[in-house]
Amino acid sequence: MPRRDDIHKILILGSGPIVIGQAAEFDYSGVQACKVLREEGYEVVLVNSNPATIMTDPEFADATYIEPLLPGPVAQVIERERPDALLPTLGGQTALNLAKALHDDGTLRRLGVELIGANYEAISCAEDRELFAVAMRDAGLRMPKSAIATSLEDALDALPDLGLPCIIRPAYTLGGRGGGIARTPEQFRTIVARGLEASPIGQVLLDQSVLGWGEFELEVMRDRADNVVIVCSIENVDPMGVHTGDSVTVAPQQTLTDRLYQRLRDQALAVIRAVGVETGGSNVQFAVNPDTEEILVIEMNPRVSRSSALASKATGFPIAKIAARLAVGYLLEEINNDITGVTPASFEPTIDYVVVKWPRFAFEKFPGVDSTLSTHMKSVGEVMAIGRTFGQAFAKALRSRELDKPPKLTAIADEELLASLQSPAPERFEAILELLSRGASVEEIHKRTSVDRWFLRELATLAADPDAPFAGERTFKSVDTCAAEFPAQTPYYYSGWERPSSGIYSDRAGPPPPGAPEPVRPSGPAHEVRRGERPSVVILGAGPNRIGQGIEFDYCCVHAAMTVRESGRDAVMINCNPETVSTDYDTSDRLYFEPLTLEDVLGVIEVESAGEGGLDGVIVQFGGQTPLKLAAGLAAAGVPLLGTSVEAIDLAEDRAQFGELLGRLGYKAPPYATAHNVADALQRGDEVGYPLLVRPSYVLGGRAMEIVYSSDGLADYLRREVQQEGRQQIFLDRFLENAIEVDVDALCDGKDVWIGGIMQHVEEAGVHSGDSACVLPPHSLGGEMLDQIRAATREIALQVGVVGLLNVQYAVVEGQLYVIEANPRASRTVPFVSKAVGFPLAKLACRIMLGEPISALGLPREQEGLGFGDHISVKEAVLPFDRFEGADAVLGPEMRSTGEVMGIARDFPTAFAKAQAAAGTPLPLGGTAFISVTDSDKDGAFAIAQILHDNGFRILATRGTAAAIARMGVRAEALNKIGEGSPHVVDWIERGDVDLVVNTPTGSGARTDGWQIRRAAVTRGIPCLTTLAAGVSAARAISSARQGGAPPVLCLQELHRGRDAVQVS
Amino acid sequence: MRAPAYILLEDGIRFDGESCAADAHAVGEVVFTTGMSGYQESVSDPSFAGQLITFTYPHIGNYGVSAEAMESERPWARAVIMREACDSEDALGAEGGWLQWLSDCGVPAISGVDTRALVRHIREAGAMRGGLFPESVSPEQAAALIAAEPAMDGQDLAALVTPAEVTHHGQDGAGPRIAVLDTGIKSSIVRHLVARGARVSLYPCTTPAAELLASDADAILLANGPGDPAALGYVVDTVRELVGRRPVWGICLGHQLLCRALGLQTFKLPFGHRGANHPVKDLQTGRVEITSQNHGFAVLGPAGARTIDGIKPVRWHTDFGAAELSHVNLYDRTVEGIELLDVPGGAVQYHPEAGPGPHDSVYLFDRFLQRIAEAIA
Repeated sequence: MPRRDDIHKILILGSGPIVIGQAAEFDYSGVQACKVLREEGYEVVLVNSNPATIMTDPEFADATYIEPLLPGPVAQVIERERPDALLPTLGGQTALNLAKALHDDGTLRRLGVELIGANYEAISCAEDRELFAVAMRDAGLRMPKSAIATSLEDALDALPDLGLPCIIRPAYTLGGRGGGIARTPEQFRTIVARGLEASPIGQVLLDQSVLGWGEFELEVMRDRADNVVIVCSIENVDPMGVHTGDSVTVAPQQTLTDRLYQRLRDQALAVIRAVGVETGGSNVQFAVNPDTEEILVIEMNPRVSRSSALASKATGFPIAKIAARLAVGYLLEEINNDITGVTPASFEPTIDYVVVKWPRFAFEKFPGVDSTLSTHMKSVGEVMAIGRTFGQAFAKALRSRELDKPPKLTAIADEELLASLQSPAPERFEAILELLSRGASVEEIHKRTSVDRWFLRELATLAADPDAPFAGERTFKSVDTCAAEFPAQTPYYYSGWERPSSGIYSDRAGPPPPGAPEPVRPSGPAHEVRRGERPSVVILGAGPNRIGQGIEFDYCCVHAAMTVRESGRDAVMINCNPETVSTDYDTSDRLYFEPLTLEDVLGVIEVESAGEGGLDGVIVQFGGQTPLKLAAGLAAAGVPLLGTSVEAIDLAEDRAQFGELLGRLGYKAPPYATAHNVADALQRGDEVGYPLLVRPSYVLGGRAMEIVYSSDGLADYLRREVQQEGRQQIFLDRFLENAIEVDVDALCDGKDVWIGGIMQHVEEAGVHSGDSACVLPPHSLGGEMLDQIRAATREIALQVGVVGLLNVQYAVVEGQLYVIEANPRASRTVPFVSKAVGFPLAKLACRIMLGEPISALGLPREQEGLGFGDHISVKEAVLPFDRFEGADAVLGPEMRSTGEVMGIARDFPTAFAKAQAAAGTPLPLGGTAFISVTDSDKDGAFAIAQILHDNGFRILATRGTAAAIARMGVRAEALNKIGEGSPHVVDWIERGDVDLVVNTPTGSGARTDGWQIRRAAVTRGIPCLTTLAAGVSAARAISSARQGGAPPVLCLQELHRGRDAVQVS
Repeated sequence: MRAPAYILLEDGIRFDGESCAADAHAVGEVVFTTGMSGYQESVSDPSFAGQLITFTYPHIGNYGVSAEAMESERPWARAVIMREACDSEDALGAEGGWLQWLSDCGVPAISGVDTRALVRHIREAGAMRGGLFPESVSPEQAAALIAAEPAMDGQDLAALVTPAEVTHHGQDGAGPRIAVLDTGIKSSIVRHLVARGARVSLYPCTTPAAELLASDADAILLANGPGDPAALGYVVDTVRELVGRRPVWGICLGHQLLCRALGLQTFKLPFGHRGANHPVKDLQTGRVEITSQNHGFAVLGPAGARTIDGIKPVRWHTDFGAAELSHVNLYDRTVEGIELLDVPGGAVQYHPEAGPGPHDSVYLFDRFLQRIAEAIA
């Protein structure tokens, strides 16, 4: 069956902002799909709200819409583009839900759009637990047993069938309050009774417990002719009970016999057929009872998933690419396996190495949050490592994580460590390794964790000697889908340590004796790396996604790879993040899936420096802090770095040197000091003057950064963050109150500077730039100020000696410009700016680093640095507070967002509203607004109240705010504070009687009124604006939307079409 | 603890490792299998007689050994070559440790070998003789031992693995009686037939056709087995007397023997097919199956072609009427199955019984029994 020619235009939905559980893997899959479908001659229309994605680069689709992933805007896109088909299986749960909604509201039928990849029935079957349970039962497959009880008698009747342990969940309580796991009949009675009481409807849900069972996933692909293959098996080292996203996982499965594995395989095939996914990939999850070999189906995703991205990287089998081809009618046997070039995709990859995935957590960002791992995913990123053995892969994964603060367990007593294993925590494997190194037995650990003994024995070997897996010599081997049965065409490599096998007789045996066969060298060198004559440029990736270092940097690295290839050099990528586009073997000429440590990187550089082409240099500017940290070590090892020199990086990053430079140039900067101990800090704090922005040195994403208003506050901070953590250096900066923050991204070739974009933050200074909404072009800075900013940026870039990208942060206070900091590297905002102005800054910077002057880049003269179209772009951060029960939902100097969205419109309020909607909290067009602000914000609160009131909102406020607003002439109803008794403000929010919250914090700490208000708003998904500026913007956006109706969707290609007409200076 | 040992190939290449099972040397054909699980099934598969198995998957032995996983009564591979070996016996269902079992059976094994480098070498240079030697055997002694070992081409290894006497299985079944010319049958094949009610008798492969025809067998199964089909002229002669008189079905070596009986030729593959992931297309249904494979020889296509190119149906005119290509390997387009059109019979080159490997092709047993039923009726 060849490709379908009855469809011509295909709509692809992205997955929106990076959130916990939905990350860059969907950019990877979306990009693959876009490439393949366009190669096949289809027109591709793409919608995604996330500007930091490669898929939203204009060259990846025929029409790209950066719009909220909501039925309204997407229906508008469909109206405008009239695609024949919608491919919903590559954009995660977001795209699947959206496709379902567009079916349910009749849009797809009305506009004649066919769902391809997975049809409506299959999506419904996989998503609806009841339908799924029926389908599984009909297919003869088993799922965990469950029952519903409304009385203790009911529950006891159901117990024999469910068995113990049994999970009891009261119906309709928040976060499962009142539930638990019963291991004995007595516990069962107690917890059921408690649960019935806790449930507002007197009902408990009873589930068979599969805690401690083995957890396995199979990645399945099916074509239209019902051919099915398993791409990869994944075993969770963590048994059932820890979300697979938070589990350490290994591929392929290690502990099942062939007979049991083949049973799993049979069942996976049965599941995809029963659900009815006609074409494409699915992920099926199983629990396997380690004592009885009983297999239960846990769930299936009828789409490309995080696990399928992992499986693709683990095996070299590009699931999304193949899924896209299957969706347009091809059969598996008609699709080539890229890797071998000679075999079809209708096969099952077999691998001769071990892959280990480790989650990356960020609990240090959310004090007070319960870090116990459970069925609710909490990790923010992941790393993958490939080794020839489990030990190699596991150890490489450990070092790939790049922890800011490795857990210190040596001082903890055995009993305490053992006890900590009872409930899985982020450091569980460090604790296991520590215990094993102290001589704990595998059996002892197995009893507490249910981790399979095979893994524990491997870990025991590693604990005894962490270097054991790395005996022998480093060899680079290929990922080839076939265990070397066929030669690999794709250059995808990993390092494995092997006993040298390069000669016929080992050194030990001496030279060959007379009469022995002639010595021959093996067919190839120990390294399998194949390269031609072109020089290579090594690009260091960004490592695991984490807060402060996200997909934006991967975007820049991918652009660097494209540019290096276009320049006629070989682009060589090193990275260890399986979610990304950069680790797609298609992105670069050679991909090394390796940890980003100096030693590992030098290993690659050694290989890349050899051969005819040699090495032109290494790019460290694009991967965020990760590669930048390696710059000095690389330079010291004599490795050529492209772009800004190490000295220039130091000049910008060293406060003393940079401060001196600013002084010399005559720019203002907030007073600052560096302290080396507590007493010193307190003294210098007084000298600098309060309020102070304090932070330890060398942190990323504003880690442990706080604003303190007095010496008491500083003392408290020092106690918590400096003494306890054993930090040495403390930075103290005067915090500029009521400042407007400005971010500038610029290019510099050493002689010339080109300003890419000037962004004004919506929140005042004090909110980390990564968490602040920003607008491009600035909406309230005068022309004169912009001139000053441009001039300062130009001068700083040249004086620092930047070659490539530079980001400068400024603060404007009462018409005065202050320089906050300069970062001589790609910033988080590069993709946003690139999409807003229509110029790919990262690519341009890479060309500069490869030696081209700015004048050769064909750039237009800066149009006052304001962007180049008649549109306004707003970036909004997306925060994970809803994932973390107990986190305060207030913004501060420590970055806590996981992702971002972009809103583009003809005016600021509309762009702001689009960004809010895309971020998941669409602004209400009417209803009730609750306002509560600090005293200093009371005037501003009035402005918000007035706009909302004029637009028909009912205004509620705390007594003080209400009085202030009323004094100015807007009627506001006063609500009780929490301490004043029910019904208080949180009651109102929880009842669903509030549609919008504006709350500026009065102080930090759990259980303040403000904390509880913000928490309640986050829990209910109500927009909650925590700065005055954002409140005003929201109010204006609401007003504008009420007047203008649904804002029109904008196509990126059309927006920037006029760009080429701009005069080149 | 483990003593140094090494692999020496006939072309002089050497790979070092540690001895980890029986303290002995072994010489034979060095081959590799790409299956990621099922090590015990492989080692006890009589088709591996005379061979040293290299496992491409690096961790072998993870889940121990059990009686259930035996494909015959003993290991047949001469030695086992691994990257990492595991001897634990506490896995679910394990009845013993893998290395201990190999030791007890007298099978030497080596671990710590860069198996990928070894496999790449065999892939480039072709399957060849070699040996596993403890360090106490000097390289020149080793080279002499390898040189003394006959090459795989022309070797009758069936004689080594065939049973001395007839045995009967599933005699209480109600299905057809199947006589097997046992050139080294895997237990899984017998299990699949018996599970479907068949009554199976395993005959030594030297049994004359007359004896089989005189028995009450409804059909003949030509089993899998080791070695070069070209060296089994006596079995081929037997088969020629059976085709057309009884339905004849073959698996693996049995496929090659049936084809030779029809007058087709076989050839030695450069490094064989051994693994659990080869795609095979059933040309009758158009379905692609993921198959278990273990063979070093294959059947030539029409006009002596090693591969089947194009999509036109492939037919042979044989001494027993027309035969049609029924299955083709999508990896290298070699012959994977044949169906006789004028008399009941057919064969596949791969292993529908799995053990180890996927179950996609077990339907062939049903198809076989169906054909027998039709032939009897």
